[in-house]
Amino acid sequence: MPERDRITSTDVAHVARLACLDLTDEEVEEYTVQLRDVLEYADVVAALDTAGIPPTAHPLPLVNALREDEPRPSLDRDEVLAMAPEVENGRFRVPRILGEAP
Amino acid sequence: MAESPASWETVVGLEVHCELRTETKLFCGCRNAFGEEPNTNVCPVCLGLPGSLPVLNRRAVELAMAIGEALHCEIRPSLFHRKNYFYPDMPKDYQVSQYDEPINVDGWLELPDGTRIGIVRAHMEEDTGKSTHMGGGGRIHDAAYSLVDYNRAGVPLVEIVSHPELRSGEQARQYVSELRAILVATGASDGKMEEGSLRVDANVSVRPAGSDAYGTRCEVKNLNSLRSLGRAIEHEAIRQARVWEAGDVVKQETRHWDEANDRTVAGRSKEEANDYRYFPEPDLLPLAPSEEWLARVRSSLPPMPAARRARLAELAGTEPREVATVVDLQLDHLVLAAADAGADANLAVRRVTNEVAADPVRARQLDAADFAKLVLLEAKGALTPTQAKQVLAEMLDGGGDPEAIARDRGFEAMDLGALTTVLDQAIAAHPDEWERLRDGDQKLMGFFVGQVMKATRGQADGRAVSALLRQRGR
Ligand SMILES: [Zn+2]
Repeated sequence: MPERDRITSTDVAHVARLACLDLTDEEVEEYTVQLRDVLEYADVVAALDTAGIPPTAHPLPLVNALREDEPRPSLDRDEVLAMAPEVENGRFRVPRILGEAP
Repeated sequence: MAESPASWETVVGLEVHCELRTETKLFCGCRNAFGEEPNTNVCPVCLGLPGSLPVLNRRAVELAMAIGEALHCEIRPSLFHRKNYFYPDMPKDYQVSQYDEPINVDGWLELPDGTRIGIVRAHMEEDTGKSTHMGGGGRIHDAAYSLVDYNRAGVPLVEIVSHPELRSGEQARQYVSELRAILVATGASDGKMEEGSLRVDANVSVRPAGSDAYGTRCEVKNLNSLRSLGRAIEHEAIRQARVWEAGDVVKQETRHWDEANDRTVAGRSKEEANDYRYFPEPDLLPLAPSEEWLARVRSSLPPMPAARRARLAELAGTEPREVATVVDLQLDHLVLAAADAGADANLAVRRVTNEVAADPVRARQLDAADFAKLVLLEAKGALTPTQAKQVLAEMLDGGGDPEAIARDRGFEAMDLGALTTVLDQAIAAHPDEWERLRDGDQKLMGFFVGQVMKATRGQADGRAVSALLRQRGR
């Protein structure tokens, strides 16, 4: 991967902010190194000549991983809503949406 | 609004989203239920929390296969993709859907008049959460903010896409009505359009009559009843025809049906086509139903509405459309029970269509054996049609044995002896008319039946009197 494309601590801090994650400076540094390592694995794969090889969606020779249609307990609503920055009437309150849902 | 200009042909393709009647969601064990307290049926999977993994619901797959089978589709190995988009109604920021390898392809649906409409595909996907737009009159653009409930996020859906082979609002209405009956029959859907468990979007275009090119189409949304579906399509086709006739160009866009004002209004322009960046969902394995599994689903399918209409029509000696109400309301068992008991199936169809169908809720509680007994009583003349309807009304009200109800109401059928006596008196009182009837003037049948009815204050059975008259006249 060219040096200029390498992930920086600024990128990590930016993504953390988008994901509403509070990271300490130490954590930002730590995750920058980890993410850089992960992305370097992609370089290894990208270096291979894959011309003529059909894309693989799944490496495992398995199909039909299924579960039975049986209810399991859901989360406690207060616990769920406590994770959201804003809540109203038992629902997540989000900023106004530009355009419309597809 | 004026009627559709005859020189234009309407072309419609429909996308129907059907929520599957499972106990749980598509990829997690949260309950699939309508109308519950917001955000009570949610978990890490359907909230898209990091590290959670989806596992596919076997029952949802079976229902999707049942739909494919009922729509004569080829049922194939399939894959799930992520459809990426940025609206808060999906907490994961993507919806899991089947993209280029859907489970069901190339089917057809037969309308009650025999027309076949091609089905492109019927694929599986998950439903989104429900947003309520606050402020600005509830419109998305003007809203101050939105509130989101994720109970619906992850509920299993099958989206059924038709070819653009429908030619009017009325035909589109028939298609959805038939599709709904099929989905209910397979057990896949409760068919409740008003609760959103069946949602319809219509792709509408117009073209000069006789042309086989396709015009620019608009996608009409917000069609939450059969009535608004038919009307929205008719109105949209007229709007487009007028645009073309005025020398303008129809823009490809999404339009919403405004029920209150009988018109469609422009929404998002399709020029800014969304790039959903589809890619295979890495957390789900491919689906490849075995022949054996498919055979099991196939054999567990109940008869579909078209076959049920054909069966009832054959028993009753009518056209399939005349038994449509019975099948629509799923009251076949009443007619079948009557026919099994040896009663007149045609009479049973008429009693169900005219009397029972008026009260669909109570109709479902009506005991089939009791109903069969009632039809039998009427068919053999023990009850007159008027009496039979009264007894039936009481059966619908609280149930019970028709013989007991008839007895309580004093509807003891007149025995043949008593009837003969009354008829003899009528003949004695009208010797001239009797002569003319014997000479072949059939109009006088009605006269004598009327005389007997009058003398018995309607207690006699008209058909029994006619039968007696025919015997005597010989
Ligand atoms: Zn869940």
